Amino acid sequence: MSALDDLAVPAGDDDHVAGVPAHLVAAPADTAQAAALVAAARDLHVVIRGGGTKLHWGPPPRALDLIIDTRRLTGVVEHAAGDLITVVRAGTPMSRLHRLPGQQLALDAPDGATAGGTVAANASGPRRLRYGTARDLLIGITVIRPDGVVTRSGGKVVKNVAGYDLGKLYTGAFGTLGLITECVFRLHPEPAAHSFVRAKAPPGQAARVLAAQPAASALEVHAVPGADPELAVLLEGTPAGVRDRSAEMARLLDGEVSADPPPWWGAMPPGDVTVKLTGVLSQVPALVATAVGAGATVSGSAGAGVLHAGFPADGGDPHARVALLRAAAVRAGGHAVVLTAPDGVRPALDMWGPVPGLALMRRVKDRFDPGHRFAPGRFVGGI
Amino acid sequence: MAADEPTSGALTSGSGTPAPGALTSGTPTAGTPASGTPSSGALTPGTPAVRSPAIDALAARLRDVLGQGQVLTDRQQLRTYECDGLAQYRVVPALVVLPRTAGQVAAVVRACADGGVPFVARGSGTGLSGGALPHADGVLIVTSQLRDILAVRPADERAVVQPGVINLQVSRAAEPYGYYYAPDPSSQQICSIGGNVAENAGGAHCLKYGFTTNHVTGLEIVTPDGELVRLGGDAPDTPGYDLLGAFVGSEGTLGIATEVTVRLTRLPATVRTLLAAFRTVDQASAATSAIIAAGVVPAAVEMMDALAVEAAEAAVHCDYPAGAGAVLIVELDGPAAEVQAQFEQVTRLCDEAGAFETRVAADDTERQLIWRGRKSAFAAVGRISPNYLVQDGVIPRTALPEVLRRIGEVAGVHGFRVANVFHAGDGNLHPLVLFDDSRPGEAERAESVSGAILELCIEHGGSITGEHGVGMDKSRYMPLMFSADDLETMHLVRCAFDPDGLANPGKVFPTPRLCGERPGVHSGAHPLQEAGLGEVF
Ligand SMILES: Cc1cc2nc3c(=O)[nH]c(=O)nc-3n(C[C@H](O)[C@H](O)[C@H](O)COP(=O)(O)OP(=O)(O)OC[C@H]3O[C@@H](n4cnc5c(N)ncnc54)[C@H](O)[C@@H]3O)c2cc1C
Ligand SMILES: Cc1cc2nc3c(=O)[nH]c(=O)nc-3n(C[C@H](O)[C@H](O)[C@H](O)COP(=O)(O)OP(=O)(O)OC[C@H]3O[C@@H](n4cnc5c(N)ncnc54)[C@H](O)[C@@H]3O)c2cc1C
Repeated sequence: MSALDDLAVPAGDDDHVAGVPAHLVAAPADTAQAAALVAAARDLHVVIRGGGTKLHWGPPPRALDLIIDTRRLTGVVEHAAGDLITVVRAGTPMSRLHRLPGQQLALDAPDGATAGGTVAANASGPRRLRYGTARDLLIGITVIRPDGVVTRSGGKVVKNVAGYDLGKLYTGAFGTLGLITECVFRLHPEPAAHSFVRAKAPPGQAARVLAAQPAASALEVHAVPGADPELAVLLEGTPAGVRDRSAEMARLLDGEVSADPPPWWGAMPPGDVTVKLTGVLSQVPALVATAVGAGATVSGSAGAGVLHAGFPADGGDPHARVALLRAAAVRAGGHAVVLTAPDGVRPALDMWGPVPGLALMRRVKDRFDPGHRFAPGRFVGGI
Repeated sequence: MAADEPTSGALTSGSGTPAPGALTSGTPTAGTPASGTPSSGALTPGTPAVRSPAIDALAARLRDVLGQGQVLTDRQQLRTYECDGLAQYRVVPALVVLPRTAGQVAAVVRACADGGVPFVARGSGTGLSGGALPHADGVLIVTSQLRDILAVRPADERAVVQPGVINLQVSRAAEPYGYYYAPDPSSQQICSIGGNVAENAGGAHCLKYGFTTNHVTGLEIVTPDGELVRLGGDAPDTPGYDLLGAFVGSEGTLGIATEVTVRLTRLPATVRTLLAAFRTVDQASAATSAIIAAGVVPAAVEMMDALAVEAAEAAVHCDYPAGAGAVLIVELDGPAAEVQAQFEQVTRLCDEAGAFETRVAADDTERQLIWRGRKSAFAAVGRISPNYLVQDGVIPRTALPEVLRRIGEVAGVHGFRVANVFHAGDGNLHPLVLFDDSRPGEAERAESVSGAILELCIEHGGSITGEHGVGMDKSRYMPLMFSADDLETMHLVRCAFDPDGLANPGKVFPTPRLCGERPGVHSGAHPLQEAGLGEVF
């Protein structure tokens, strides 16, 4: 009996990826089982599913036989509080890692997202300004290569330059280079106090916030067509420090101190077409203006230069809007990446736009997955 | 051979670079090849008296591209490049080139690719793992004439620099705008940004601010087949694989960086520096753990033990408290209100851990004085011992007391003294093994003590290098940390970039490997059918 026979069951009605049905689903419970499964699935086309919150991001797979589900691959293997690190299985819900005793994995993710999926999707949220993104917080990783070989890189210490930093390569690879089974993360202490400052203010004010050295943990912008744009700042630290800094920030922005974030905080903007927009900091106001002018709702990090724009597919020509946003992002020194779009619209959209280094990326994919079986067609340039 | 070489050659980077001056005495000067070093071929200092015709042809081609003065073939000139900061390995390169533009770097690499000639990049040559050790039959590509800061854009928090730019110059250029470049290796007055990128260099303040990899957002590289390619960019989160992340720390084995876009960090509103003296290393370690566990993230937590303090005292009269078994330098920075609260907390935690004296820098001069002892420590140890080896290993910081004790034991058993001066906050040890090269066999024994220290690091779940890299020196230790499969996986990336293995061959990987065929997509019957599963469903 191969691990495939042991673990795979026929796919159900919900087991599809961006509209493409799978034949089989398997949920291994540990790295060894996962390795045996992948080895036995050597000739199958595979897509990995974490919480499934973002499987509709990206184009449908060119072929799909097997969904590998990480929902049984869960648990905190180790939480070394004194060393501020944790070792977790890939299917562990992020919500669990947000609440380790006294410490947290400072990586924003929605309910239902898994650690592996968050790394594979390189998802990030407001607090990236202070804590960085998955690439900065991941210090070690275990991955099953498409040929079934178990491989590790990095380690359990934050400072480590032994060998190539492959964790970076797997981060944001959307499961095209293998199955992540374990991650080692750097943790941060739970701040003693935090507060928000909210203001109706144009995005151009973000520069003043940054210049004022408030050591903000997040600096978010929100803009809706036809309404005043808003800024919100998250401050974390000691109770006395946060009190002083919030008051100062509220003065600077002519805003209000609040215990809670605004409702749009960290959420994807509404609309069935969502686009991630990046740009250099000085161009964020222009980028926001263009997106809002094109009828999109925008929110995101004005402090990091990473925004999300959302609009309805039926409210105008989506291709023209994407082209407009992309031109603005390129002018701003960044990119426009389509995250979600309805099935009817997606095939005609260029999801990524220009990708520097694409030829090298293809060569990496060819080495890791010569049969192009892992999430075929779901990544940049048809990788 | 190497034993009678003048050790001061270690940091000399040849024509066009400033004399290394003060840093020279700080160079580790092991003087003899270590035991268990790689193949003796790699260590043979001489190039053949007569260069091969292939190299002569290459030199002619490169002179056409770069101009006469940018291609060195004179043996005396070549010899100034025979080693980097790790002077026990010496190889005279076949050719040295000094390109002035990224296009020239690409042309050199293309010529190497055409001729199947290996090439090695060199920045300032301060590396401590033999990463920039030349190849006897290869070309050394020196970036010392690529020294322009191309742009400083404070409003975008970015600067764009050529690879030969010295680390400290980036901060100097940004400071007038209220910004600086955060990664601060102790060698920052002389090491290059390109070398920092290749080594993923760290520094005292990386505890809070992260390493080079967290501060580089874009690169232009020359791939090993001679193409100019951009990775990453000005903005974060470039779509596609994070090849930038894989390139940083790849030690020149994936190509040559020809332009680097770095993140600039706002100068902190306040900085406070504190020196705490303890009777024992255990107490200082306990204080470090307590500070971190309390949720304080200082900008830096550095430790020096009694021997390191003694050396620093003799060299720069830093006037640390007498009778200290260990001192901690703790620096806090950020908004004034936060720094004040944390400062009180840190002082209390040090007291509770047994600090017998705590000093606070009242002004910038006092702050400099506290740091002077730390920054001069490597050089200072060179004055109390004829020779020493610098080790670079990492352990979980909770293991500090245990591992430091065992290092002392291991060294003691073999009759060596070890000075410890290191980045305590992130558990990055730099034990300096003191020895006297004039005593036969002592260098080899010192080397084996230094190696045993790495094994201790691994035993405690750490790493064989926290910032100095693997290079030539540590490739043989890679199997301590990584399985054959892990190394093979790293090699897949190497093959994607450099299928012919011409970029800095012999470094990082413990055994030479070939890449095999470039893989392609296979086609055939539907795989479910092939697997015999087609009928089942
Ligand atoms: C500002 C912001 C706001 C967001 N808001 C929302 C929101 O409101 N709602 C929402 O649903 N999402 C939101 N996201 C996205 C979400 O955070 C991530 O996409 C999510 O963390 C993915 O986790 P998952 O477990 O659901 O992965 P999945 O959706 O299951 O998978 C995501 C991708 O990762 C791959 N993958 C999953 N697990 C592994 C593994 N173990 N090994 C290799 N590859 C794997 C999959 O194949 C797929 O390509 C937001 C992101 C950002 C940046
Ligand atoms: C006294 C002293 C103190 C030090 N302190 C620290 C410290 O605190 N932290 C730390 O991290 N390191 C430290 N180092 C080590 C060293 O300074 C760093 O590794 C530094 O990054 C090397 O830079 P370099 O320009 O001298 O590089 P080199 O030594 O010339 O080269 C290092 C490696 O980088 C490659 N390389 C160089 N330029 C390029 C390029 N443009 N593209 C691709 N590859 C390239 C080389 O091939 C080689 O493998 C110290 C060294 C000394 C002598």
